[in-house]
Amino acid sequence: MLLALDWLLILEKLVLIVIVVMASLLIAMYTTFAERKVAAVLQDRRGPNRAGPFGILQPVADGLKLFFKEEIIPNFSSKFLFIMGPSLAMLTAIMTGAVVPWGDKVHLFGRDIALQIADVNVGILYVFAVVSMGVYGIMIGGWASNNKYSLMGGLRAASQIISYELPMGISLIALLMVTGTLSLKEMVIQQQGGMWNIVYQPLGFLIFLICAFAECNRTPFDLPEAENELIGGYHTEYSSMKLGFYLFSEYINMFVSSVIMSTMFFGGYDVLPFVDESQWGLSDNIMALIGIAALMIKVFCFIFLFMWVRWTIPRFRYDQLMRLGWRVLIPLALANMLVTGAIVLLKQNNWHF
Amino acid sequence: MQALTNRVKQVDRREMSFLEKIYLVSIFKGMAITFRHMFKKKPTINYPEKTRPFSPVFRGLHILNRDAEGRENCTACGLCAVACPAEAITMEAAERKPGEENLYREEKYAAKYEINMLRCIFCGLCEEACPKDAIYLSETFAPADYQRKQFIYNKNELLIPHPKNEPEAYQKALGNRAKK
Repeated sequence: MLLALDWLLILEKLVLIVIVVMASLLIAMYTTFAERKVAAVLQDRRGPNRAGPFGILQPVADGLKLFFKEEIIPNFSSKFLFIMGPSLAMLTAIMTGAVVPWGDKVHLFGRDIALQIADVNVGILYVFAVVSMGVYGIMIGGWASNNKYSLMGGLRAASQIISYELPMGISLIALLMVTGTLSLKEMVIQQQGGMWNIVYQPLGFLIFLICAFAECNRTPFDLPEAENELIGGYHTEYSSMKLGFYLFSEYINMFVSSVIMSTMFFGGYDVLPFVDESQWGLSDNIMALIGIAALMIKVFCFIFLFMWVRWTIPRFRYDQLMRLGWRVLIPLALANMLVTGAIVLLKQNNWHF
Repeated sequence: MQALTNRVKQVDRREMSFLEKIYLVSIFKGMAITFRHMFKKKPTINYPEKTRPFSPVFRGLHILNRDAEGRENCTACGLCAVACPAEAITMEAAERKPGEENLYREEKYAAKYEINMLRCIFCGLCEEACPKDAIYLSETFAPADYQRKQFIYNKNELLIPHPKNEPEAYQKALGNRAKK
């Protein structure tokens, strides 16, 4: 019975995993480059343009530089945890991609291959579980460095991420009440024929977006690594590729949260709202490619938004951050949830009280 | 209090309105400003590929001049070394031997001529002091090297290429500022 497993399925998933991991690493790599270019453009500069044509080899050069740097493990640190910190951050950052539907399905070698590693029926909960694990990487790194600045950075990261996870979760509950499913794939399918969820949940999206910024430790919420207060924050003691892992995981997180946002609020791999793409009469494989392209365009818009905000808005003060989280976003998310719930109930009751 | 100038601007201390309190409007305003900057002209000049246009009196590295037949102008009179406020120029004079008339224009020439580019302040006083038009400052600038001693330029580095033997290099070194 055990051998009756569909080995091809396992192979297919394995290939998909490798592709997704490699793609998210590659995209994260080029996001670092894009970040510098966007920053430069927004500040009337040119940005990196020396390595290769238009500087496109810059991320390779950065990566090589990080690899060749001396690996320093402070002797007052706890070595195991010191190494575990960045590994955990990286691991959790990459793991999220498992439940994302990257496209519909392709038809290859006589098999229908779903472009999703695992269609978990509680996909969103999985995403949340993994994302909230991500803070352990930062916390452990900050703690293991045995340095008060790192510890402060780690503490800030922990409290910030926990605070912003609440409104994020609540704003998501409103969305779940609208869609009635926890599976990301089904959400996309629901959005394919009709409107995208952003129309039903604009406030929920705004809250989710703000919380996503906070979860990714991006400016204006980048207090865990506030250079001018905490030297480097949680990665003060880190060097070489361990630092690279932290920076990298931040960019992967950014990519993944962009993917999640596009999937949940902007129709995922759906090309256009209100349009039934199956009427176009294109073959499955081409449709899947177009779908992936559509998703990627949405994701890149979000990534650009992340950068645009980073180079526009100054950092919050810590009390402002906490006030925004607890006294603005959570009540707002709760109100959003209540109103959505009421409307959903009314609709089920055919608009009778 | 009486204001000292008419440029005083009172600080607005009114309570923030609701719209101001939720910040979103001002955030969008700020983002619009940064977005507009994407389309602004960048003031940066891609340096090694492009250089800024220099003023006609720009003073770069020195060039030791030759005349039209390719003979060195310098007679090692030492006026440039005397004029140099940074004492960057040293030279040794030698007498022209018979048969060297095609090398040196006059009977005396500089056997050794060195300028320490690390001392030089590029004031151009050597150029002004020279009675023979033998030294002038070019548009070349920003030399880079790994060792200090490489910055002591001798005649090899300073002399302009021979106008007859290497006319192309000569024209290039001449640029558009050689004295006619």
